[in-house]
Amino acid sequence: MSVKELIRFNNFSFRYNSRDDKILEDINLSIKSNEITVLAGPTGCGKSTLLRAIVGLIPNMYEGEYTGDVIVDGIKIRDAEIKEIAKRVGFVFQNPENQIFMFSVERDIAFGLENLGLEQEIIKKRISKIMKTLNITHLAKKAPHELSDGQKQRTALAGVLAMEPKILILDEPTSLLDPKTAMEFMELINKLCKEEGMSIIIVEHRLDLVLKYADKLIVLSEGKVISDDTPENVFDYKKDIIPELSVPFSTKLYRELAKNQMKFTKPVTGVEDMIREVMK
Amino acid sequence: MIKFDNVRYNHPDGTNALDNISLDIPEESITAIVGNNGAGKTTLVKHINGLLKPSTGTVSIKNEDTRNSSVAELSRNVGMVFQNANHQLFADTVKNEILFGLNNFGFNEEFIRERYEFVIELFKLRKYEDISPLKLSGGEKKRVCLASVLAWNPEILILDEPTVGQDELQKTVLLKFINQLHSNKKTVIVISHDIEFLWRLQPNIVTMSDGKIIEIGNSESIFKNQELMEQVGIIPPQIIKIFEGLKIKDEIPLSFEESCKVIKNLRN
Repeated sequence: MSVKELIRFNNFSFRYNSRDDKILEDINLSIKSNEITVLAGPTGCGKSTLLRAIVGLIPNMYEGEYTGDVIVDGIKIRDAEIKEIAKRVGFVFQNPENQIFMFSVERDIAFGLENLGLEQEIIKKRISKIMKTLNITHLAKKAPHELSDGQKQRTALAGVLAMEPKILILDEPTSLLDPKTAMEFMELINKLCKEEGMSIIIVEHRLDLVLKYADKLIVLSEGKVISDDTPENVFDYKKDIIPELSVPFSTKLYRELAKNQMKFTKPVTGVEDMIREVMK
Repeated sequence: MIKFDNVRYNHPDGTNALDNISLDIPEESITAIVGNNGAGKTTLVKHINGLLKPSTGTVSIKNEDTRNSSVAELSRNVGMVFQNANHQLFADTVKNEILFGLNNFGFNEEFIRERYEFVIELFKLRKYEDISPLKLSGGEKKRVCLASVLAWNPEILILDEPTVGQDELQKTVLLKFINQLHSNKKTVIVISHDIEFLWRLQPNIVTMSDGKIIEIGNSESIFKNQELMEQVGIIPPQIIKIFEGLKIKDEIPLSFEESCKVIKNLRN
C-alpha cells in the first residue's frame, strides 16, 4: 500500500477570540497514511486546538485569528464544508457517552451514514462489515446503557469507522478502559491502521500504553511543536525532553543508564526492548 | 474508619453490582481500588459518601451507619472527586467553584481565605480565577475539581481516576499531595487504572471483579500476582515486567534508583 501525505499544517497559527495570546503558533506538520501518530504535551499546550483545526471545528465553530493553512486529504480546511471534512476525518471522543445517543448499537452506527445520504443497501453492508471487524455483531440490538465501557468505546469507534474516513482521531481513547481492555483496543487500532491504510492520531498522556504502536511522536509545548520524530529518536538520551511528558519507566531507565555510559544498541521505548538490551 | 459489612447493592433494574462486600479501610491509610471496567469500583465508593445506600448489609463511617446521615452531612467528612469533571463543575468562575463548598459548610472568613489561597496556588489555577471552569481544558478542569474538594479539608478523600488528562508534572504534584494528606492523618481512597502512578504511590490495594473483592494486599504482592492481574483486567507496572523478564522475581527493586543499580550489576 502506498504511503500518502494526508494532513499538512503550513505555518498555521490560531488565537481564540476569547484569549489574548496565540494557542498555536507557526505549526508545520506532515502526517501520513499507514501511520499511527501519538500527540502528547502538557495540559493546555494546544493539543485539542490542533485536533479541532483538523476536523474543521476551527474555524467553523470556534472564532479567532487564523493564519496559515491546514490541508486534509487535498482540501483546504478553511474553505471546506464540514460535510466534506466529515467524510475524510473521524473523531472519537475521550468519553464515548458523549458520542452514542441512539437507542441501539446498530441504529447508532447507521446515524452518520444516513446523514451522508447513502443508499439503504450500502448502509446495511457497511454496518455489518464494521460490526464484524470490531467484534460487536452480537451487540447490534443492545441499548447503550446495556454496554460495558469497552463495548461503548467500540460502538463509538464503529459509528465513526462506518463512514470510512481516511483519518481517525482518538482523544485519550484508553483513559476510561481497564489496562487489559485498553491493550486490546490498541491492538485493534493498530490492525486498522496497517490493514486499511488509515492515518491515526492519538492524543494520550499515558505513553506506556501507546508508544509500542506509534510510528511517530509529536510533542507540543506552549503552542509549538517541539518534537516530531519516531519515539526512539524523540527519547534518545542525548536529547532533552520536557518534564511534563509521562515517559515510560523503561525509557526513563534507559536514559539514566545511557547517560551513565551504559551501551545500548538503540533507544528503549518499551519493556521488551529493555529486556533485550540488558540480556545482550 | 470505613467499614463495609456484608454489603450487597442492586441497581434499580435489579442487576447486582456489589456482592457480599466486607471491607475495613483503616484511618490514615492510602487505599487503591483496582479492577476491570464494570467491577463495581465506583459503586463501592459511592457508598462511602452516602450517594448510594446498601440494599442489604451496612456501611459505617466512624461507627456511624451511613443510612442515618444525609449526603450533605457525610460530605463534610468525605470529599469525592468524580471521574468526569463535567459532572462536578457548575459555578460561573473557578473562584466561585472553589468557594462554593467552603461557604456552604459555614467556615469562618479567615479559614476560607487561607484554604482558598492554598489550593489555588497548589493546583496552579491563579490565572483562571475569573474564567468559567467549563472553558478550561480537560486536565485543567480536573484540577479545579480537586481544588474544590480539597479546599474544605475533608477527613476522607475519594479520588476517582485522578490522573486522567494530567501530565507528568501534575501527576507528581498529585502524588506529593496524596502523601502529604496521608502525613496529615487523612484517609485517602483512589480508584485508578493508571498502574504506573499506583506503583509510585504504593498504597494498599483492593482488587475487584464482578462486584466482588478478589484480594487485598500491598502493591508489591498484588502486582506480582500474575494470575490475579489477569483475573481483574490489570497489566503489571513496567518495573515488574522488566525484572520478571530478566528472571529477577523475588527481589524486585521498588524504586527507580534501585532499578538502575540492579541493571548495572546485571550488565557487569
